[in-house]
Amino acid sequence: MRVTFTANGKPVEADDVWEGESLLYVLRERVGLPGSKNACEQGECGSCTVYLDGTPVCSCLVAAGQVQDREVRTVEGLAEDDGELGLVQQAFIDAGAVQCGFCTPGLLVQTDALLANDAQPSDNDIREALSGNLCRCTGYEKIMDAVRLASARTCAKAVSE
Amino acid sequence: MEFLRPATWDEALAAKAEYPTALPISGGTDVMVEMNFDVHRPSAILDLNRITELTEWSNDGGVVRLGAAVPYTRIINELSGPLPGLALASHTVGSPQIRNRGGVGGNLGGASPAGDAHPALLAAGRDVFVEACSVRGTRMIAIDDFYVGVKRNSLEQDELIRAVHIPVADGPQQFSKIGTRNAMVIAVCAFGFALHPKNGTVGTGIGSAAPTPRRAVEAEEYLQGVLAERGLWESGDLLGTEVIQRFGELVKAAASPIDDVRGTADYRRHSLAVMARRTLTWTWNDYSKQIRSAA
Repeated sequence: MRVTFTANGKPVEADDVWEGESLLYVLRERVGLPGSKNACEQGECGSCTVYLDGTPVCSCLVAAGQVQDREVRTVEGLAEDDGELGLVQQAFIDAGAVQCGFCTPGLLVQTDALLANDAQPSDNDIREALSGNLCRCTGYEKIMDAVRLASARTCAKAVSE
Repeated sequence: MEFLRPATWDEALAAKAEYPTALPISGGTDVMVEMNFDVHRPSAILDLNRITELTEWSNDGGVVRLGAAVPYTRIINELSGPLPGLALASHTVGSPQIRNRGGVGGNLGGASPAGDAHPALLAAGRDVFVEACSVRGTRMIAIDDFYVGVKRNSLEQDELIRAVHIPVADGPQQFSKIGTRNAMVIAVCAFGFALHPKNGTVGTGIGSAAPTPRRAVEAEEYLQGVLAERGLWESGDLLGTEVIQRFGELVKAAASPIDDVRGTADYRRHSLAVMARRTLTWTWNDYSKQIRSAA
């Protein structure tokens, strides 16, 4: 079947999609957006987290046909229009929160969603928000630092604007 | 495989009648796992995402009618007042991403004994009904008649779950679940408990410790008897350790768990007794406070 939807603001079209196929597979293999990672395929790891109509979800658990005519935003869509890294992406680099990098795309999207809702989350809020994202390098402390840094920069930006 | 995308509820019912073996999908948090691991190849997938009424709820003051696809995140944020037990259970489901997609309709449709919503629904009283629809009409299935076997429910092949009707809480409710960590846990076992002071009853629900979610009927009857005989609903006085202990033992006796990868039958029985004692203590403390502050 054919599935058409919006990915990072641009219309995309995928052909020959199998009816049982996941959104994650379509993103990675059919429309050239391999940023979202495929690890567990059962919603355990969060590496494939994307926005679907503004809500963060595991793209491995969304059937491709379900996104017809809907809006998807992936980790690629977190960068600025000029290709510069987004605030959350830069904070992860600056805090050294990227080790092997496999879990990073999901953590970036989930962090972006957290800060959009609450620019100053407590440590408990951060842990809860990221509880569905596994890091096997166990860089969780650096990840916490990165989210705190992104939070501080988001607040500073809001003040300066 | 077909991919069916009805735009309206009537179209969905017509599609389910035409393709009775079609697998309904909403949040996809169970269905897509089976698909990704090739556990299940249904003849057709019936996507319910376009039917927005399934993501709506209403509250007439006495009963909440909860659309089958209202995501757990919204149950937590919007319904913790009228449905405290279900909101607590919802908070233990998967992760934020999973709670953004999954809902009670999928829990009921899958009818896994480990589904987190089931103990809360069973504990919420005898007036919990599943609204099951087909082209032939609508049936209200009492929650006590809904679960019929391991991952089997009493839906007919042409029926879809539209909503669940749950009485608004008239007393404290609790939910407790055992797992290896706080997130992304399939219950080793779980327990839901509710006080219903208006009609002098209590509700229980056991998860992951029998072929189906089930109540601990003897435990309910024992506790109701004690509360009535001693006038505790009126006084809000302490229950005493003997009553709490006995309640825990009766809940434990109501389970028929198995040994599996998540835990042993013995551990499940033991932890059920602990959870029963704790949830009873927590809810009764809350109730006592309400009585005292009203006096």
